[in-house]
Amino acid sequence: MAKVEKKRALNEETLREFLREMLLIRRFEEHVEERFRAGELPGFLHVAIGQEAVAVGVCQAMEEGDVFSSTHRAHGHTLARGTHPNAVMAELYGKMEGCSHGYGGSMHLYDVERGNMGANAVIGGGLPAVTGAGLAFKLRDEPRVAVAFFGDGTTNIGTFHESLNLAQLWKTKTVFVCENNHWAESTPGWQHSPVWDDMSKRALAYDMRSIKADGQDVEAVYEAAREALEHARSGDGPVFVDIETVRMHGHFIGDAQAYRTKEDRQAAADRDPIVLLREKIGLSDADFESSDSEANEIVEAAIEFAKNGTDPQPEDALKNVYA
Amino acid sequence: MTYREAVRDALIESMRADEDVFIMGEDIAEMGGSMAVTHGLLDEFGPERVRNTPISEMAIVGAGIGAAMAGMRPVVEIMYEDFLTLSLEQIVNQAAKHRYMSGGQITVPLTIRTQGGAGWSPGAQHAQQLEAWLVHVPGLKVVFPSTPEDARGLLWTAIHDDNPVIFFEHRLLYPVKGEVPAKLEPIPLGKARTVREGTDVTVIATGPLVHLSVEAAEQAEEDGISVEVVDPRTLQPLDEDALVASVKKTNRVVVTHEAVTRMGFGAEVAAVLQYKAFDYLDAPIERVGAKFAPLAFAPVMERFIIPQVADVLAAIKRTVGKE
Repeated sequence: MAKVEKKRALNEETLREFLREMLLIRRFEEHVEERFRAGELPGFLHVAIGQEAVAVGVCQAMEEGDVFSSTHRAHGHTLARGTHPNAVMAELYGKMEGCSHGYGGSMHLYDVERGNMGANAVIGGGLPAVTGAGLAFKLRDEPRVAVAFFGDGTTNIGTFHESLNLAQLWKTKTVFVCENNHWAESTPGWQHSPVWDDMSKRALAYDMRSIKADGQDVEAVYEAAREALEHARSGDGPVFVDIETVRMHGHFIGDAQAYRTKEDRQAAADRDPIVLLREKIGLSDADFESSDSEANEIVEAAIEFAKNGTDPQPEDALKNVYA
Repeated sequence: MTYREAVRDALIESMRADEDVFIMGEDIAEMGGSMAVTHGLLDEFGPERVRNTPISEMAIVGAGIGAAMAGMRPVVEIMYEDFLTLSLEQIVNQAAKHRYMSGGQITVPLTIRTQGGAGWSPGAQHAQQLEAWLVHVPGLKVVFPSTPEDARGLLWTAIHDDNPVIFFEHRLLYPVKGEVPAKLEPIPLGKARTVREGTDVTVIATGPLVHLSVEAAEQAEEDGISVEVVDPRTLQPLDEDALVASVKKTNRVVVTHEAVTRMGFGAEVAAVLQYKAFDYLDAPIERVGAKFAPLAFAPVMERFIIPQVADVLAAIKRTVGKE
């Protein structure tokens, strides 16, 4: 098996880079909300505002060759893994330059070159495949890991349980990343799971190792993901990463969140991972503003790129049905 | 060689030829499969490539999808077609759509073997014929061989196809013997086979109905009716040209399968033929399939539900006005 070099400990420059990544995702999604409301974007969109530290922490910990599957809330994971904002934005506009060439949309972002095996719009839909990819890496003795992103709502669906059981049974090279934002659409955790405040108990049922992390602290997420990936990569078996996070916005763009109290929304806003990281590294206003305008510029350029992209021909709809 | 041995032989040949081919399913290792198809494979290929799974149909299919996306050629077994329903989410939303949703970036070279078929009184949950459900889903290929030669040659091709293929076997055909080429000859998907030539009526039959239709044809011959029997072998892609050519010759058609008639595969064939060979039809297209009821347990009721030689014969006679 190839040796995997351990990444350096997180110095300030690395954390600043993480902050830039998180800011890019935040500004990207804010612009997406705005462009959707302006009627420019077709379809059904979900933002992960408040969960940027999870995307960046986990994706930065991954190595080249690692793969992942995402969810309906996939913009952050995809950007954090290195897909160009132009390609993601073009996809949201349904253009051929998009990362799924206009066939997928927001809920089906793919980028095989960067290990993105697809964002899945069926809850738990990608978990068995990530288990199978982890099995393939084990059978071929490849130093690669397959990562599944999913939310707390997924822990109640059959594919979740079948996948965790099989992964642990066969010690596949898989990492299960649970982004517990305590919401399954409009249903709060306490209404959908008896272990809603400690999802690691789900892993316990399968004798799977679990690691907890504060999802609002990108450094903590990174360290947890690093440890989980190394464990899985070494062939010691899959790991369940139990990440507590917050969903600052609605389930989908346009969700009035009538089911949610003002206090709960405020509590989520108070845990903004970008604010927390900025405080942690003591970034000056000038430095923050500079990173922020840089992020905005990238996103605005992405929108321009997307708007000027190529529309598919209607008949292109019949391509790619079969290999 | 029996149909069972033919399926086994295609698996063995494929596994010998390519390290990336492996099989998994319930009870397929030491037991050799509930239908004894994989008997002996564990001894030759070992437990890494002949994998007993938990009873987890979603994970079996889903792990196959993931391993296929990661570059392997898995063959998974779903013990009964009835249990295929448990894995339909993975087949319909995942296997069939990854290539499309990714705009052509992903291939899923997965083969799903399953079996069903009535005539042994298991009741309503162990013998259904559900092949038509899968033909309805773009992105899947569907194969249903009726003879050992076809089973062997088509399974080889299915395994080496870059698309997800659902390979339907029939329980009552496993002991059926037939001539096979000394060396495995791959059979292309989408090519029908003329089982028996005739000039008055074409019977288009799948699975066990191919054999029953040949019997019916022989009996019809005694009444001076010359019957051609055609087996599409692959339901998707469908060899429409071969079916149309036969109908243009005989001008009369019976479509028959063991599955329920309503919305069955025969409905699609009838629609294709009325459109492509309308001017050549001298009689309404007859459909012969199971009556619209779940499969009953009591043998007398089960037999009443599923089509028999007499039913095919009666339909043949109706098309030529010799009731």
